[in-house]
Amino acid sequence: MKSTLKLALGLASAALASTAVSNAAHAEDLTLCWAAWDPANALVELSKDFTKETGIGMKFEFVPWTNYADRFLNELNSHGKLCDLIIGDSQWIGGAAENGHYVKLNDFFDKEKISMDDFVPATVVGYSEWPKNTPNYWALPAMGDVVGWTYRKDWFSRPELQKEFKEKYGWDLAPPTTFDQLKQIAEFFQKRQIDGKTVYGASIYTERGSEGITMGAMDVLYSYGFQYENPKKPYEMDGFVNSEKSVKGLEFYKALYDCCTPPGASNSYMGEGVDAFKSGQVAMHMNFAFTWPGLQKDENVGGDKIGYFVNPKGPDGNQFAQLGGQGISVVSYSDKQESALKYIKWFANKDVQAKWWTLGGYSCLNSVVKDPKFPSSQPYAQAFLDSMAIVKDFWAEPSYAPLLQASQKRFHDYVVAGQGSPKDALDGLVKDWTQIFQDDGKM
Amino acid sequence: MLNRTADNVARATPEPLAKRIRGISDKGLAWLFISPTILLLLAINIFPLFWAIYLSFTNYRANRPNEVVKNLGLSNYRRILGDQDIWIAMQTTAHFVFWTILLQTVIGFTLAWLIDRKFRGHAFWTTIILVPMMLSPAVVGNFWRFLYEPQIGLFAYAVSFLSGIPPTNVQMLSNVELAPWAIIIVDTWMWTPYVMLICLAGLRSIPEYIYEAAEVDRASNWRQFWSITLPMALPFIMLAVLFRGIENFKMFDMVNLLTGGGPGSTTEVASITLKRQAFESWRTGYSSAFAIILFVAVFGLANIYVKALNKVKQR
Repeated sequence: MKSTLKLALGLASAALASTAVSNAAHAEDLTLCWAAWDPANALVELSKDFTKETGIGMKFEFVPWTNYADRFLNELNSHGKLCDLIIGDSQWIGGAAENGHYVKLNDFFDKEKISMDDFVPATVVGYSEWPKNTPNYWALPAMGDVVGWTYRKDWFSRPELQKEFKEKYGWDLAPPTTFDQLKQIAEFFQKRQIDGKTVYGASIYTERGSEGITMGAMDVLYSYGFQYENPKKPYEMDGFVNSEKSVKGLEFYKALYDCCTPPGASNSYMGEGVDAFKSGQVAMHMNFAFTWPGLQKDENVGGDKIGYFVNPKGPDGNQFAQLGGQGISVVSYSDKQESALKYIKWFANKDVQAKWWTLGGYSCLNSVVKDPKFPSSQPYAQAFLDSMAIVKDFWAEPSYAPLLQASQKRFHDYVVAGQGSPKDALDGLVKDWTQIFQDDGKM
Repeated sequence: MLNRTADNVARATPEPLAKRIRGISDKGLAWLFISPTILLLLAINIFPLFWAIYLSFTNYRANRPNEVVKNLGLSNYRRILGDQDIWIAMQTTAHFVFWTILLQTVIGFTLAWLIDRKFRGHAFWTTIILVPMMLSPAVVGNFWRFLYEPQIGLFAYAVSFLSGIPPTNVQMLSNVELAPWAIIIVDTWMWTPYVMLICLAGLRSIPEYIYEAAEVDRASNWRQFWSITLPMALPFIMLAVLFRGIENFKMFDMVNLLTGGGPGSTTEVASITLKRQAFESWRTGYSSAFAIILFVAVFGLANIYVKALNKVKQR
């Protein structure tokens, strides 16, 4: 009896002790906040190594893109403690830095010998710096991303289509290098019957609610000559945002939408674009590079059937692409900043970054992307590299949200609803943006 | 029995508490009981209203807690009333409110009148008609989005079958002309049963003897409808219009799910504009002023309408 009692007491103590240990471990768990998308799943896989190495558990809070900004900006604005680490959108950096949401990482980088020179310069400017082009770092470049294009290589290579295309346009059916070529290809495929199915020219961004149409239109506008401001006089936008070249660019985007998109594609963004391409509806598809690993693996349209190309050139030969992607930051309201910094240090490691790329994340570390084997490591690697070399980003000002809302409205009103002219839309945009900067006291 | 229970409760009450309660008047006791509810209402309804009124005179932005809050006087109100986009959103809202109420009232009353005939199986049909109203707006919005889909949607195929127009040309949510009607159709489909229920209650409240007297006077069915049915059901119809009017003035869920305010700003009703200003652009002061303007407009219109309703009821 006595021995049974002893055994019971022993078991109870062991159970209590293990609960205490597990609670202590849970207390150290870090929560990482990000968007719910394929790379997030890769990060979950990658982070298991961090837990193995440090004993620090990782929890994840992933929110769909449509609610991502709303959800996490609310969290930061309310000084919430949900996220210890956050992979925030590149445009948030100004507001997050000025409002004290992110921990400044300069001292930490110096201490841990993490050099921003080791990362792709465009990603450092885009994801880490505020003010831009100054050595003030608020994030470690985490996920490189850029808008590019996929196309149906199997359709492009059909001899009968090649022949017909050459006869009609006088050049070989191949991935376009200029926007004019892109439109010709899109027109060629629009409403064409392929394998008994009606297909369409291209899927482009037209979404109204968050940032879709701005990301898409800017992809064209940059290469046509759009500039956010006078390079010599910050915030002077008249004549730059609404320059003649910008007007032509916006006109082109509308023409592309009108002529060559699938029916009903008036509110299309990343998910809808992927759906259109995967279901074999479109010949070309504009989307962020993060979608490429998933498409490459797709049984119906991936493998040998898919090809990738960089955003084409504008009429003057200029070529730019809209930057996507994010940096990883430590939230200043977190009680676990030390552990969170450990994660950043671990994530910056060369081997971890190499594994990140193999799992489906886009590393921004030079040693990974400049490796001679990198371009051939994946069929889309070269297009990604070339695209990252020509990136431009939207305003990253603290007022990025109203600035984005204004462009969403002006672009959608013109491109999708067909209201007014491109000049009206861009003049209106200058007016809206000027008002926003005046309210901010910057003009 | 009750007295005995009350005596037991009184005896069980601790003496100090009993003494305290004995010193409180009935009115005091009533206040004591309702005060938690009043405090709750003050906290979640009245305080936010006054707080919003205060914010509407400032440049406050909820996403910039460290920024100095400046008093702007009436500047936010002036900007809103002079903002062309706001007026367009108000016009869009008025368009929705007018057409949805008109259609829902006409169809709802007609259905109620038919159901009131008490034909065989009317209970079954009443239940079927009520189904859309019982669904969640999120579900309704999502499945109508699929129905409207030009390549796979049943709606497009039905229109194509009836009109001969290719289904891919029936772009209900992408076409500037059709998108407002797409939302009106869904709202009417969902909420007509609600209007029908209220009208049915009105029709069933009309005493049978009035119709019998009309029969004796040899009044035609048409005459009976215009002189008895409609006037006596009118207060109920007006009540339904009031409820639907207030609801549709703040219509958000359906528009957000179906079009998100697009294409362009074609279906951007006031509540969508308000949400964008408040939670996407973070112009808290500005959006508070807009909310107050909307509140005053709805409150004022509803008051005028209730007065008219009372007059009709007194007739």
